[in-house]
Amino acid sequence: MADFFYNTAVGIVILTFLQALALLVPLLIGVAYLTLAERKVLAAIQIRKGPNVVGPFGLLQPFADALKMLMKETIIPSGANRILFLLAPMLTFMLAMLAWAVIPVNDGWAIADINVGILYLFAISSLGVYGIIIAGWASNSKYAFLGALRSAAQMVSYEVSMGFVLVTVLLCVGSLNLTDVVRAQQTVWFCIPLFPMFIVFFISTLAETNRSPFDIPEGESEIVAGFFVEYSAMAFALFFLGEYANMILMSGMTTILFLGGWLGPFGILPQLGVLWFVLKICLCLFFFLWIRGTMPRYRYDQLMRLGWKVFLPLSLGWLVLTAGALMAFGWLPNV
Amino acid sequence: MAMIDRAARSLLLGELLQGLGLTLRYFFKPKATINYPYEKGPLSPRFKGEHALRRYPNGEERCIACKLCEAICPAQAITIEAEPRTDGSRRTTRYDIDMTKCIYCGLCEEACPVDAIVEGPNFEFATETREELLYNKERLLANGDRWEPEIARRLELDAPYR
Amino acid sequence: MITLTLFYLFSAVLVVSAAMVVSSRNPVHAVLFLILAFFNASALFLVAGAEFLAMILVIVYVGAVAVLFLFVVMMLDVDFDELRSGFQRYLPIGAAVGAVLFVELLIVFGGWKLAPDAVRFHASPTPAGVSNTEAIGMLMYTDYILLFQLAGLVLLVAMVGAIVLTLRDRKTSRHQDISVQTSRRVDETLAMVSVPLGASVTESGGFLRPIVEEPEELVGHDDHGGHGHGHDNHGHH
Repeated sequence: MADFFYNTAVGIVILTFLQALALLVPLLIGVAYLTLAERKVLAAIQIRKGPNVVGPFGLLQPFADALKMLMKETIIPSGANRILFLLAPMLTFMLAMLAWAVIPVNDGWAIADINVGILYLFAISSLGVYGIIIAGWASNSKYAFLGALRSAAQMVSYEVSMGFVLVTVLLCVGSLNLTDVVRAQQTVWFCIPLFPMFIVFFISTLAETNRSPFDIPEGESEIVAGFFVEYSAMAFALFFLGEYANMILMSGMTTILFLGGWLGPFGILPQLGVLWFVLKICLCLFFFLWIRGTMPRYRYDQLMRLGWKVFLPLSLGWLVLTAGALMAFGWLPNV
Repeated sequence: MAMIDRAARSLLLGELLQGLGLTLRYFFKPKATINYPYEKGPLSPRFKGEHALRRYPNGEERCIACKLCEAICPAQAITIEAEPRTDGSRRTTRYDIDMTKCIYCGLCEEACPVDAIVEGPNFEFATETREELLYNKERLLANGDRWEPEIARRLELDAPYR
Repeated sequence: MITLTLFYLFSAVLVVSAAMVVSSRNPVHAVLFLILAFFNASALFLVAGAEFLAMILVIVYVGAVAVLFLFVVMMLDVDFDELRSGFQRYLPIGAAVGAVLFVELLIVFGGWKLAPDAVRFHASPTPAGVSNTEAIGMLMYTDYILLFQLAGLVLLVAMVGAIVLTLRDRKTSRHQDISVQTSRRVDETLAMVSVPLGASVTESGGFLRPIVEEPEELVGHDDHGGHGHGHDNHGHH
């Protein structure tokens, strides 16, 4: 049996498929419950109760919403570019799923444990902007287009500082493999020695996932719903799922890079691997929601200022500092 | 020194953390939500809800067709037609309120010399069609019969302030 | 076998999408085909076992450069009829330039000679025990460090040049100075004054109204942050 799965071509394909399923099904359920969690957390911050009618404590609410989305009609605006209009949400959703291939949820539990895992994640996350731009352009609507333009500028300006943060982490690890990144945090999680980078990275992930306070591409009080004004039903649901899957992905990335992935705090209970990983992701997600409940939206030019004038010099400076410290104390890995 | 202090505060995101702390406190506060269809908030005796036409305890309708309510209604939602009845008393033959026009100001209630038209405590009278909101005399009298105990109690409670 | 199939698949898509880039009427479609071409090029790198280059290609070209292309192209308002109207007129000149270029290319390729030991380096494998990321780093930061740094300098010069060309400091524009704004404190902004009841009302003719000031000159007046502070125009004493 094991021989079939590991050594024959068909077996490997089936095994990979099953692995992908085992990862994506919990992920999608997680996405569904993230939407509920968001509504609950926001409600609690605003001293409300949130959805509590559908099922016990509103636990079936995501499924009711999903059902509603499925039953509705997909409306394609008359001036829209049909193919691109429908391609955009699929692209967003697919990219959000695709990135999970390299995420190690436990020691050695990655579907594709490739050498350049971090670069792969970075590449996929930088592609996310295409779904938004194409949607904005194909909708043939002013609001959607404005959202797309804002998003394009936003993504490009935050990816630069995110890249420097990644390089800083890579300097400390000496490998581009995500499993190696986590293993390098056995002694101390990177969020402690690289604390400023951790904050910069976390704020950049907020910008990268278009979450409040950087939700200017959708900015509902300014440009209605931004890039997805014209979307309805399943196409809208795909955008929605993609956005939340991206949030989970970015939390996963933060966990792997800074919070020690599947490692327990102070090395306790190492056999709980996956659970630690999930717990840390939940903590990051709570921060996402908490910040949404606290901060007002950034103005567009302030966002650009933060990206280019604050984060870029800060991350560049800390990169040089880290490199210098590693060099001076002889802590460079792999030398 | 003050400058260093300020720089440190903004670099350490002091104000953002303060804000996060505030929202976290609210996160754990008891919730203000009322579980509406099952729980309801208190209503003042002066609450202006759905209209009703009242009767005297002997069953005679109070309205004497003076048309003061029709005259004062700022939205002109009330339409009254009247004729002397066979017993010689003046009564309405038609008393319509267009609930889609009504602004629930309560002036009809104030104007009425015999406490016939009142705004009751009921606010759950949403309908599926517009026509159902064009109330006629039967509907208003039926409302009065249905809500009389509560309306009487409310009038009694509010009487000292009138 | 699989590698070969993949190679031909990706190269075919690459060539077709490259052709679509120049032939498609809609510029946005052209850029999207360009992105597809980049993707296939990166897939070809993957097939060749150069995963670092593949990822860098996606990150830099697809993730950043093409986004900016798309950004610019989307904002173009192209009039297709006007484009087509010039086609007939410029056809002879365009054809002539194309022909010259083609002949030149033929001459260059006709006289192409490979260095005798070039084949040896042609597909030199990565050294054993080292991932190709490290191999490329080893090469780039030792033998080619000068070229690498010079390339960086060229980019820096281009960047500085672009900024110099476009930056103009208008004296009349008012900028937001965020550090000044955030460093304001309550006690230097707001003063609580206890005013006797009705004291100022009679003085100003029975009405509370702001004292009208001369409109201030915009030029050369540096009051950080513009709105709503520093003006004491409502003091009635």
